[in-house]
Amino acid sequence: MSLRSTGEESSVKAPFESWGRYPLYRANVIPLHWQSDFPAVTQNLHNGILPVGLGRSYGDVGLLKDGNLLVTTGMDRIIAFDPETGLLTAEAGISLAQILDFAVPRGFFLPVTPGTKYVTLGGAIANDIHGKNHHVAGTFGCHVTEFELVRSDGTVIRCSPSQNPEFYAMTIGGLGLTGFIRWATLRLKPIVSRKIDYEGIQFHGIDEFLALTEASKEIEYTVSWVDCTSTGKNFCRGIFMQGDHSTKRAELKRSPEPKLVFPFDAPGFLLNHLSVAAFNTLFFHKQIQKRQVTLQDYEPFFYPLDKVLHWNRMYGKSGLLQFQYAIPWDLAREGTVAILKEVAKSGLASFLAVLKAFGDVPSPGVMSFPKPGITLALDFPIKPDKSFPLFERLADMTLEFGGRLYPAKDAAMTAAQFQAFYPQWQQLARFRDPMITSSFWERVTGDQPNL
Amino acid sequence: MSQSQIANTSPSQRRILVLGATSGIAEATCRIWASQGASLFLVARNAEKLAAVAADLRARGASFVDTAVSDLDDTDAHPALLAHAVNSLGGLDVAYLAHGVLGDQTRAEQEFNTAAHILHTNFMAPVSLVTWLANFFVQRRSGVIAVLSSVAGDRGRKSNYVYGSSKAGLSAFLAGLRNRVDREGVTVLTIKPGPTKTAMTAGMKGAEKFADVNAVARSIVAAIDKRKDNLYVPFQWQPIMFVIRHIPERVFKKLNL
Repeated sequence: MSLRSTGEESSVKAPFESWGRYPLYRANVIPLHWQSDFPAVTQNLHNGILPVGLGRSYGDVGLLKDGNLLVTTGMDRIIAFDPETGLLTAEAGISLAQILDFAVPRGFFLPVTPGTKYVTLGGAIANDIHGKNHHVAGTFGCHVTEFELVRSDGTVIRCSPSQNPEFYAMTIGGLGLTGFIRWATLRLKPIVSRKIDYEGIQFHGIDEFLALTEASKEIEYTVSWVDCTSTGKNFCRGIFMQGDHSTKRAELKRSPEPKLVFPFDAPGFLLNHLSVAAFNTLFFHKQIQKRQVTLQDYEPFFYPLDKVLHWNRMYGKSGLLQFQYAIPWDLAREGTVAILKEVAKSGLASFLAVLKAFGDVPSPGVMSFPKPGITLALDFPIKPDKSFPLFERLADMTLEFGGRLYPAKDAAMTAAQFQAFYPQWQQLARFRDPMITSSFWERVTGDQPNL
Repeated sequence: MSQSQIANTSPSQRRILVLGATSGIAEATCRIWASQGASLFLVARNAEKLAAVAADLRARGASFVDTAVSDLDDTDAHPALLAHAVNSLGGLDVAYLAHGVLGDQTRAEQEFNTAAHILHTNFMAPVSLVTWLANFFVQRRSGVIAVLSSVAGDRGRKSNYVYGSSKAGLSAFLAGLRNRVDREGVTVLTIKPGPTKTAMTAGMKGAEKFADVNAVARSIVAAIDKRKDNLYVPFQWQPIMFVIRHIPERVFKKLNL
């Protein structure tokens, strides 16, 4: 029983897990609750700092080995909301889940959402996240009209496209390194129903995927699940999923459901090529008809995995790694086929292969990951001897096809690969707050915090 | 007993006074009331934090939010503060006391002034507030006084007996007051939360296992709606504390709790 109180302790040295649970680093974890906590908490801190949110990044962009992690989730207040314009100003630690709880009953929705709602507003900006509507809406940063950045020396910088535009552009997708995002204003979009008009379509091969992508340009949300274990005639089969917010006026509220929690670390032998191939075959044929049309709630449409809290435990103690690339259109088809073949050949398993076309809406962020072309996200359980050589090969192939990898999902790319993917990294290095750094940044640049 | 008025008051018309409104549990509770459209009067020491909480509750749908910056240790200021709150809200249905300090047990073991400060904030100040509020509600023959005490008050333990004794005193005071005013149509709710994830407990050993503050807040709102007398939250603390209260002293004094 833990009733012990020790009074004025304000932090704890503990492993702070990233979503991939790899690498595991110890850090000093300092929770923040109020806007004025930063930079006050940084006094007498050594070894650098990093603001972090809900820890949903897979690799090490949200980790700082032996440093200080400033956890912002206690800063979750709404500062202002205008139901006329849909402009929401909130503290940076508010989660997208909390924003939805607030906005949906009022007839508003997130302009861009990733596949989990357990992401903070600050984290969404720092990683310039994208969603199933990238081809029409661009990235999250496209809808952030203003935010306040606080540097560790106490300087407060108001950022918008017109005010301090260089800090605005470097912070969107800036991996949290340019300063502490205290609050931000986001433009929500109106909806009249919780429901999504959904259509799922089976496809065989990359060309059918590309044809479906071309045919669905007017549809707001599109994404595909692809079976990356199959070869031969089933190679690159998948399900193309598309949807629009239902325009039929309907109830916006819903009673909360109980959540499932994945209760333990799955033993490694559960996840092998055979079991994943079986899962993929089942998943593909779960949709019996070639086309399936339904009206469904937005929750299962956007967040199928959020229903199982800690689903990352499914991958066992050694963790998982995501690998996500964006390859521009000219080599996108060729690159995707080559990489999928390499993955199938490796025999390493991935349940969640997600394929999507990025559109050409430019992000205001200099370091933003998406670019027009194809993106593919794969996750792998970590098997030290096999995973990393594969990741390195896949990263090199991505580079050859003119693409780049997503830092929020990486724990493996080399410094040379990162610097080739993001030549603008030196610009970010100039705008970096001298006290702020991450294990990712130290790994891919060799930069150390200047204390 | 006459049928309580609060049962007839819809949540959206409820007028609620919150003392210690920037505490983690209070803020989470207020978010529920705000989303129901209640009117709130918030009191806290720090003006900047109070303003942030008030803005959040306005945005979440509170019908009315007013605030007062006040150090509740100053008991002389209580009558004027409470009168002002009632005036601002145009009446009062629920008073929720959520202020308190954990204090520094180790220091309090060495110096009386530290212990006295904890006892003053957690016991004397609530006694002053609750006395005024009880008399106000008795006159109107309606009202709910909900007070955050603690499971730590159920038995003194070496790790935090100063805090624990302040909460023990508070719980006993509230039990006696309940016995006095229940027949006058006034409800007194003693809330005993176990360790909860808030700013007060941030960074404590084992904090990741503490109760979720939103779940605690939902239980408190429900207990007030049902006009309960006592609430252990999460409910598992009721049997746990039953056992702890009944461990024989000769055994208990040897334990490391």
